[in-house]
Parts: sequence; structure tokens; C-alpha cells
Amino acid sequence: MDFGPYLMLAMLEGAVMAAVLALTASGLSLVFGVMRVVNVAHGEFYMLGAVVAWFVAQHVGGGPAIGFVAALILAPLLVGGLAALADMTILKRIDYDPERTIVATIGLLYVIQQVALMTYGPNAQPVEPPFNQRIALPWLEWGDGGLAIYFPWGLSTTSYKLFVIIAAVAVILAVWLLMSRSKAGLIMRATQLDGEMATAFGIPVERVYAAVFGIGAGLAALAGVLIVPIQQAHYLMGGDALLLSFIVVIIGGLGSLPGTIVAAVLIGMSDGIISVFFSPTLAKIIATLLVALVLVFRPQGLFGARAR
Amino acid sequence: MLEIDGITAGYGPATVLRALSLRAAPGQITCLMGRNGAGKTTTMKAIMGLLPVTAGTITLDGAPLSGLPAHEVPRRGVGYIPQGRRLFGELTVAQNLTVGLMTRKSGPDTREEVLELFPRLRERLAQRADTLSGGEQQMLATARALCLRPRLLLLDEPTEGLQPSMIEAIRQVILRMRDSGAIVLLVEQRIDAVLAMADHVHVIENGRNLEDLDAAALAADPSRLRAHLGV
Repeated sequence: MDFGPYLMLAMLEGAVMAAVLALTASGLSLVFGVMRVVNVAHGEFYMLGAVVAWFVAQHVGGGPAIGFVAALILAPLLVGGLAALADMTILKRIDYDPERTIVATIGLLYVIQQVALMTYGPNAQPVEPPFNQRIALPWLEWGDGGLAIYFPWGLSTTSYKLFVIIAAVAVILAVWLLMSRSKAGLIMRATQLDGEMATAFGIPVERVYAAVFGIGAGLAALAGVLIVPIQQAHYLMGGDALLLSFIVVIIGGLGSLPGTIVAAVLIGMSDGIISVFFSPTLAKIIATLLVALVLVFRPQGLFGARAR
Repeated sequence: MLEIDGITAGYGPATVLRALSLRAAPGQITCLMGRNGAGKTTTMKAIMGLLPVTAGTITLDGAPLSGLPAHEVPRRGVGYIPQGRRLFGELTVAQNLTVGLMTRKSGPDTREEVLELFPRLRERLAQRADTLSGGEQQMLATARALCLRPRLLLLDEPTEGLQPSMIEAIRQVILRMRDSGAIVLLVEQRIDAVLAMADHVHVIENGRNLEDLDAAALAADPSRLRAHLGV
């Protein structure tokens, strides 16, 4: 295979990664944006999404498609509900104090991780994708008769990977519409801008916080469900997701949804491409270096507003 | 009738209000005066439920406000125009009004009425609130509170830092609300404005009641007010 098809393959893998990352990170970004809470347990909600997807797929009969659709609906709801509960029972009690929230969510991280280990076990388990046709991709080449289309051996993707990309784009679009066009979004933004005045205009701020924390966790869980047919569910999979989400959110600017998307595409694509041509470790090194550079030269992130 | 009966309130361990009582009647403008740090803004926040009231009661038309969750207070018809306006700066003028309209599920007719009071806002509906001039921001803060169709209107120094034409516009709205039978509680520092508008004045000092004066007493002897306020 020539360089061109290789690059295309790497970019496709990168796009899948970017899609999942954008979903996970937008949840983290939403929670920070509205609540000013740094949620260290965010990666565990992603892991829970994957694990719940496995449980649901095991217990719902009728073929992989039905099990997967059930997981796609149930996992975000269950995980979001759990997160909302954690918000009401833990974060509310410590008054969303920034330092104590970090410590509390670290505790939450270990509780969730260990409960997953005790119930789900230490093994990585696959979930069958609902559909998984191999799609051969064409490539253009200058031949004797001018521009010709041919299908290089090995240049292919699966319908499921394309579905992951499309699903992530659709969900992120929905989140954006929710925040910018709906009454619920207006309530969340008013709460974010001035919680006390939001209260003075009848907005139940505590319930908004619980809902936002739930939605953020639900987005991570959704990303977990989408990735599990590609990567398998494992109780430690939240660590990388958390690290990469933080990288994305810091580069994009904490609390900025467009920034998060751009940074997710940047990190996901570069991770895919560098992993294919060099090594995955180099990809992580470069991503972390990028964070350091952003923190030095543009501490508010690429799209973040300066602190007022 | 707003009745505040012997309330104690403050920020955490710091008590600001001590056994404070006051009354404000419908169709009247009741002014709250006092030196800086006397507890005027704290009184407003205590009415809104934004601070815990540790003793005493606050009732509106006989129904208790103290003890309600803070977000329920505005739903009972309490419109709050806070000091410094406190608009949702990144939201547009229209969105700020929508937040006010959502509080008590007011309809589009309320929105029309409010925009008729402030035609300048209608021209700026799509503009971000923090790009408005100071006077326009005060108009928006007032309009946002009027969107609740308030039974009780709390105004915390609404004319602070405004040019005379804006002060007059805000004054007209206050008078209109009074004439429509609302309870108006106004924190105001400018003595001549108070003398011109107030039906009743409560002077507080160090979070306690110092003196209550009605319009007749004020007209007879304005110097008493000046003596209390030290100007």
C-alpha cells in the first residue's frame, strides 16, 4: 500500500477515536462549565457505560442489535441517574467547594472502580456490534488511462466505525442545540452565569446541578457504550479516557463546547495518525506536550474566555 | 402586605440583621435607609431567601416566605432588582427577559407590556446584556423583575450611577407599580428622592430598627432623616 491509503486508514481510526473522545470530553466540559466542578470520576462513568452495555447485552435476548440498542438507551440513563444521586448525596453536602470536590470525586473514582472489579471482574469482555460489515474504501491513482479508482488491499473500515462517528456527531449536535436553543439550556446557562440571581428568578439551582452532573456522566456512558464493540469493556478503561478528556478540555478551554470538539478532533486525529506511523506512546507524549504548551502560552485554552 | 417580624440573619457566623422588623403596604412606596453596612441589601437577600433567616418570620399577604426554598420565593410574586443589576451578561436581552417570564410562567402579553414600558429594550432584544449601557442595563434588570408580574417589588439602589434622564425613567416605573397596587420596597441613598416618593421610611442601623417615619412626619421635619444618615 502507498502512503496515501495508509494515511486515510490512520485518519479513519483517528476519527473514531476523536468521536468517542469528543463525547466523553463534552460531558466533562459541560459539568465544569455550568458547575465549576472538576470531576475526576468522569472516566469511571465512561467505564460504567461500557460495563453496563456488556451486562445489558448479556441479559437481553434477541440478537446483538436489540441488546446494543437497549444498552444505548439504558446505560446513559442508569449512569446519569447514579451521577445525579452522587451529586445530591456528596457534592451538594460539601457545597461544591473546589478542593473538596476534587477529593470527593477521587473517592468516587475508586469506589466505582472497585465495585466494578468486584461485580464485573478483572477480565476484558467484548460486546458484539449490532452490524459490522467490512467496507472496502476506494483510492484514486494516476494510471495509464488517467485517473482510475481502485480498492487497495487492506484499506477498509467497518460500518460500525462509521456509525460511531455519525452517532457522536449527532449527539454533540443535540447537546449544542439543547444548550443554545432550549429552555433547559437557558436555565443551565443562567445558573452558570449567576447562581444566586438564577435562584432569585425561580430556578432550582440544586436540581439544575444534579441534572447537569447526570447529563455529563450520561454523555461519558454513551461514549463507553459506543466504544465497547471496538475495544471491549474493562474495569480500568476509565483512566485513559479521563486523561485524554482532561487534555482535550484543557486545550479547548474549560467549559467551551466548540473548543472541546476542536481539541477532540485535533487530539483524536493526531493520536490515530501518529499511532499508525510511529507509536502510540509518541502520540501520548505529543498530546501531553501540547497541553503543556497551551498552559504556558494560552492558559485559558484555545477557545476559553479569559477569567473575568 | 409584607411583614417582617423580628428577623435575625447573616452570612455564616457573621450576624448582620438583629431582630429587624418592618412592614410595607400595597399601593405604597416603602423606603429602607441606613448608612453603608447597616444591612439594607442583607434585608433584601433575606426576603428573597438567599440568606438563612435564623429567627423571626417574613410573610407576604399572610403567607410565610421565610422557610421556603429560595427558588420558591420569586414564584410567590417577589421581583428582585439587585444592587449592581446582576444581569445574565452573556445572554441576550430577550433571554434575560425569558428567564424572568419563566419564573411564574408569564405569557407573551406580559412580555409586551414590559417592552412597552422600556421601548429601548425592544430595539436591543438580540444584543448581549453586557454590551448595553449602564442605564439600559438598569432598564433590563427592572424589566426582568417586572416579567414576574410582581406583588412585591424589591429595588436595591436602582438609580445608583445613572444619568438624570434614566433616574426619571426608573422613577416613573416605580410610581406606576405603586399605582397598580404592588408593594414597593426601595433601598435608596438619595434623601431628596426618598422625600419625593416615599410613603413610609424605615431607618436601620447595625441591622436594627432605628426609626420609622411616615410621609407626614418626613414632610414636617426632613432634617431628622439627615441626622440619622449623617449627611
